[in-house]
Amino acid sequence: MKNNPDNSNSLKQKEFKPNIINSNDRDLPVICDIDILRTLIRRDSARIVDVRKEEEYREGHIPTAVSLPLAQILSKDSPESIVEILENIGVSDKMPVIVYDDTFGALGARVAWTFQYVGHTNTSLLEVTFSKWRNLGLEIEKKVNTYPKTAHHININQEIYADAAYVEGAKESDNKVLVDSRERLNFLNEHIPGAKNIPYTMLGSDGNILRKPSEIKRFIENRGLSSDSEYITYCGSVGTLSGLTYYALKLVGIKNVKLYAKSFREWKSLGKPKEEFRDANYWDLSAE
Amino acid sequence: MKHTPTYGSKYRNVSPSKPNPRWGREEETEIFAQNVRRFRQGKLSEDDFRRFRLQHGAYGSRLQLNYSMVRIKIPGGEISPEQLEKIADLSESFSIGSAHVSTRQNIQLHWVQLEDVSEVMRGLVEVGLTTREACGNTVRNVMCSHYAGVCPDEAFDATPYSKAIARFFIRNPMCQNLPRKFKINFACCKDHGLVRIADIGLIPMIRDNRRGFRIYLGGGLGAASFIGHPLEDFTPEDRVLPTCMAAVRLFDRHGNRENMARNRMRYLVHEMGWEKFQRMVLKERSIVEMTTAISTAKLFDVKDLEGVNQSNETTLSHSLTKLPVLNDNVTPDSTKYERWLSTNVVPQKQAGYFTVFVTLEAGDITANQLRTLAGTIREISFEGVARNTPQQNFAIRYIKGEDLEEFHDKLMSIGLGGSGALTITSAVGCSGTTSCNLAITNSHRLAKEVQRKFLEMGYDTDEELRDSTIKVSGCPNSCGQHEIATIGFFGGASRIGNSMAPTYTMLFGGSAGENGELGKTIMRVPARKVIDTIKEIVKIYKNEMHVGQTLNQWITRVVKGEGTGQVRNVEDMKRLLIEVTQLPPVESEPELYKDYGNDVKFTAKTARGECAA
Repeated sequence: MKNNPDNSNSLKQKEFKPNIINSNDRDLPVICDIDILRTLIRRDSARIVDVRKEEEYREGHIPTAVSLPLAQILSKDSPESIVEILENIGVSDKMPVIVYDDTFGALGARVAWTFQYVGHTNTSLLEVTFSKWRNLGLEIEKKVNTYPKTAHHININQEIYADAAYVEGAKESDNKVLVDSRERLNFLNEHIPGAKNIPYTMLGSDGNILRKPSEIKRFIENRGLSSDSEYITYCGSVGTLSGLTYYALKLVGIKNVKLYAKSFREWKSLGKPKEEFRDANYWDLSAE
Repeated sequence: MKHTPTYGSKYRNVSPSKPNPRWGREEETEIFAQNVRRFRQGKLSEDDFRRFRLQHGAYGSRLQLNYSMVRIKIPGGEISPEQLEKIADLSESFSIGSAHVSTRQNIQLHWVQLEDVSEVMRGLVEVGLTTREACGNTVRNVMCSHYAGVCPDEAFDATPYSKAIARFFIRNPMCQNLPRKFKINFACCKDHGLVRIADIGLIPMIRDNRRGFRIYLGGGLGAASFIGHPLEDFTPEDRVLPTCMAAVRLFDRHGNRENMARNRMRYLVHEMGWEKFQRMVLKERSIVEMTTAISTAKLFDVKDLEGVNQSNETTLSHSLTKLPVLNDNVTPDSTKYERWLSTNVVPQKQAGYFTVFVTLEAGDITANQLRTLAGTIREISFEGVARNTPQQNFAIRYIKGEDLEEFHDKLMSIGLGGSGALTITSAVGCSGTTSCNLAITNSHRLAKEVQRKFLEMGYDTDEELRDSTIKVSGCPNSCGQHEIATIGFFGGASRIGNSMAPTYTMLFGGSAGENGELGKTIMRVPARKVIDTIKEIVKIYKNEMHVGQTLNQWITRVVKGEGTGQVRNVEDMKRLLIEVTQLPPVESEPELYKDYGNDVKFTAKTARGECAA
């Protein structure tokens, strides 16, 4: 992905030059490629976060990574608790943080977004899943890593956050696009009125958590959507699938993207309006 | 011993000898994306866009025109593992994670957002597939019997001819705006293939050591169905293309462009009378032969383009290899492998090779199943490709006897090792209310329910039921091919008491092949009573049959009024079935008034069909 000419179009990704890796004030790109990560590992100048289950981490992980299962983030989701978690894994304000998972990027995306929400902007998602990393024959270690506690400021980034009230208000605006990341049949069944469906299944390919930016950009353009709009993503329950969509939209250079992390589960429990489609028995087409 | 089959395999008579043509074109995907944008911006009218969309294989979905059913043509039914894998990826990315095998050897992806259709097309082009002219008023997917090339009774392999015809007509200006759709089906022999229910049906024959076909014209299923007429005793292979061109030209010139409900070629033939149409075709063919440029005729050079082995050495082995059955008397208690072996595997004319059928439910297969199936084909089939069948299954050919068990294990690992593919349990069901605008009932689910129930009851192991078929359509338009089933059903709505209920009209005694006949209407059956009714028919048959008479044979006699005992004719049959087809009052059993897959009261909702757009 590093040398991809797609990155040089008008929706350009932030350039990342390996020669400034030691400079801690430099932001990581939205998606971190394998080469950058390996350089950072060699120089021991980044924190790598493994969000799989702890047992999986113990069986082998990317060198220098710490274990931080997604459940831990979800169980204590106040910004203060998240900052405390960052401090406990030795992350200081500017340190590059790279997150990975083995669930096509969705769990990692939710964790990375959470870090960015509480003010750790220099967070990136690894371009591949752990399985792909392993299948490529890249380095794996079993050692359980811990790092000295650091101090981290809290700096809430409301720009990337949406709650139910915000989503409800967005309907009134022409320039706000609500994106439902769930699979097609769930979307057909019921969704937030006015939402556009971009199933998370469209985003990845071959163990890469996201396709080439040119492809994702084309999907958005095919839908007649503008990259100047504000986007709000949501999914079924806790903002994992829509977290991945959040990063897909950021990858193609869309400036204003928000995650409705509590997603459709909360929306329904609040008794908010839904659009339903009941005139076809589409569930019976599935061979599952 | 394993090998990786490649196209142009050195294995004699292992088709295909050359890779399939690359049917797709990249520029068409871009044009499609542009036209979707123009349509959304109001720069392209709804009618113009619909015509364009159908020409490119995207059908509107049920009461939701923002979604499409993308119909992928598989000419001759032959599809490579690479293509199966691509369809798996596309179904996961842009559809519902499952693909659907149709009754005309297409593979359909449902509920694709209109804006993503061009992306699906782009992926298909990468592996040589296309959706071009899969819908609309064009020459649709050209079918070929899935036994072609391995059938012990065939004169020669018709597959290359089916692909040559497909290649000649696709994008051909002469058939871009026909009065209505046009279907061409190739058989391998008189028994396999749907030659008499197509606009043109062709059966390979050899006369005086020359290859040729017997050609049937003017058949087709629909709200009004007709059986095709034989054009002449024998049409030599060099006249196949002119004959097809003549039929298409006559239809284009004389077909009814006013009345969409009666504009298939079969109506033209019916209204004009067969003798007159026949004379016109023969005359038109002479004109075609005199006026066709050599360069045009060359587009149909089977020898050159398909690398056909022109030898007329037809049958390689007259004594078919026996199945490696362990137990001749298979029962529902036999092992899964034995049961599968007896219902899903047939020997080929090539000694030592078998054709294996993969049992799907109403043609549905998940992305993961497709991927594993593709890998298994690569590994085990000496032909290295799959064929999809009008029974909505896959046929995998050239499997060595010693590899059958491994093949079955692989299928079991993905939940596709079920038995019954070649028996009564393998019910056909069109997409029905799961995605079609015209459907009244959920025929798709009913076919699945029938299959599950009858497999559970072990009908697949009953030799007497084996040659019977059950086919279900969700409306009278016959996509489920109910008229060629032993027991066929098409969906409707009936008032029962003071409530509406989903019902099916039941037909008896249809059959395919050269001597095919259309089923006769028997009676209406409530949707929720279809399974009980079939069970009752089997029960009556078991009481009334003569020794050695199969269910199919017995039903055929009854339909002809040649039955014996209590069931001499259709009227007797109806009388005996009245009780099982009754519904109790809606107040006592409201569930029986709902269709499968619905928890609300039944209403018949349909929208404009697009076949005829």
